[in-house]
Amino acid sequence: MMLAAAAAFAVIMAKINEIVGPRRETDEKVTTYESGMEPVRTARERFSVKYYMVAVLFILFDIEIVFLYPWAVSFRQLGLHGFVVMFVFMFVLLVGFVYVWRKGALEWD
Amino acid sequence: MDHIDILITLAKIVAAFAFLILGAAMTVLLERRVSAFIQNRIGPNRVGPGGLIQPFADVAKLVMKEDIVPRSANRFIHDMAPMISIGVALSTFAIVPFGNGIDIFGRHVKLMIADVNIGMLYLLALTSVGVYGITLAGWSSNNKYSLLGGLRSSAQLISYELSMGLSLIGVLMIAGTLRLDEIVLRQTQYIGGILPKWNIFLQPLGFITFVIASFAETNRLPFDLPEAEPELVGGYHTEYSGMKFGLFFLAEYANMITSSAIITTLFLGGWDVPYIEGLGLAPLTLALVQVGGFLVKVALVVLFYIIVRWTIPRFRYDQLMNLGWKVMLPLAIANALGTGLVLLLIA
Repeated sequence: MMLAAAAAFAVIMAKINEIVGPRRETDEKVTTYESGMEPVRTARERFSVKYYMVAVLFILFDIEIVFLYPWAVSFRQLGLHGFVVMFVFMFVLLVGFVYVWRKGALEWD
Repeated sequence: MDHIDILITLAKIVAAFAFLILGAAMTVLLERRVSAFIQNRIGPNRVGPGGLIQPFADVAKLVMKEDIVPRSANRFIHDMAPMISIGVALSTFAIVPFGNGIDIFGRHVKLMIADVNIGMLYLLALTSVGVYGITLAGWSSNNKYSLLGGLRSSAQLISYELSMGLSLIGVLMIAGTLRLDEIVLRQTQYIGGILPKWNIFLQPLGFITFVIASFAETNRLPFDLPEAEPELVGGYHTEYSGMKFGLFFLAEYANMITSSAIITTLFLGGWDVPYIEGLGLAPLTLALVQVGGFLVKVALVVLFYIIVRWTIPRFRYDQLMNLGWKVMLPLAIANALGTGLVLLLIA
């Protein structure tokens, strides 16, 4: 319900603006802003592969975190055995993390 | 679920909405006044007493402005992006318990909108969706500054989401549940009969990493690289005007309040006001005092956000990513493992 209410609020605010606001389009107004110059090509170009690397690493670690949540919730019941098992899992992941670090995938220049 | 339950839920939604929207407006004003104070200026004080109506005047102005969509932009996504941002910012608040349950009209009412048993997962899921708003805004504008801002922010948000998720593991281990209301209940006891058992005392490292990650998640300084003005003009919202820009702006402040509320809930004891049992208040008064205590805590965390913004300079991008991956992530993992070790030793 909160989701619906939030969505409704967003749509209403944007629509009010479309209705109330003036609409006087000129050629200059609807061109892309580029510090007052004529835009050079579009923005749909290649960008640094670094962002892609970060996204891939994020997925790996995010899945790890999702694995950790049920473990953390039932930690008291699992006891020492659960801790050791998760420690091994984390260790494997940490090895991968160190590898990524040493490979320089986390360096920005 | 009968009519009265639905009515109660609706009332709670209206209350939370009013709190978030008015709170965001007040936060904007507070931010401007505090920044003015820090920079030895006066700040907005003309519209209404002490500038109280200023934010509403600003919204009215934004609504009256023209809504410009660049010709080369992808119109549909350009329209969607601010709605995603504000929708996520507002709906995250649904799981925050702003008080203990009260008994009214013969039924027990929990002071939270959605009583879900996987509150924390909902929180993480919605913060992930929030990334889309900014990234799509940057991409759909078809503007180089916007694109760079959107890319930077998506990389930043997902990097810091890792440390945010990991720093919560310790809290979960202590609480043993994903329900936010139970996490608060666990914090109402005392350590050694004196110190409130808030998670900030049990999880200091987790608290610090979580707060830093929250700063990054809300794009506040020192992590506001997505909109770094000197390099990127306005970042992802360069091509936005009118209320669509206003929605981004509102989303930023609503996010700030929501994340303050979540910091309060998870680490600062939520609605718990310590030592209040000794006063022997009536149940309803007690509940109201607790809601008041929650609001005061949230306001203090928001004030902390604002003061940090105006005192700390912006990071460089490589410093930001280094901090996220090479400092925060190992720290958060160490915190999770350390908490596990301590819990085992105690048991």
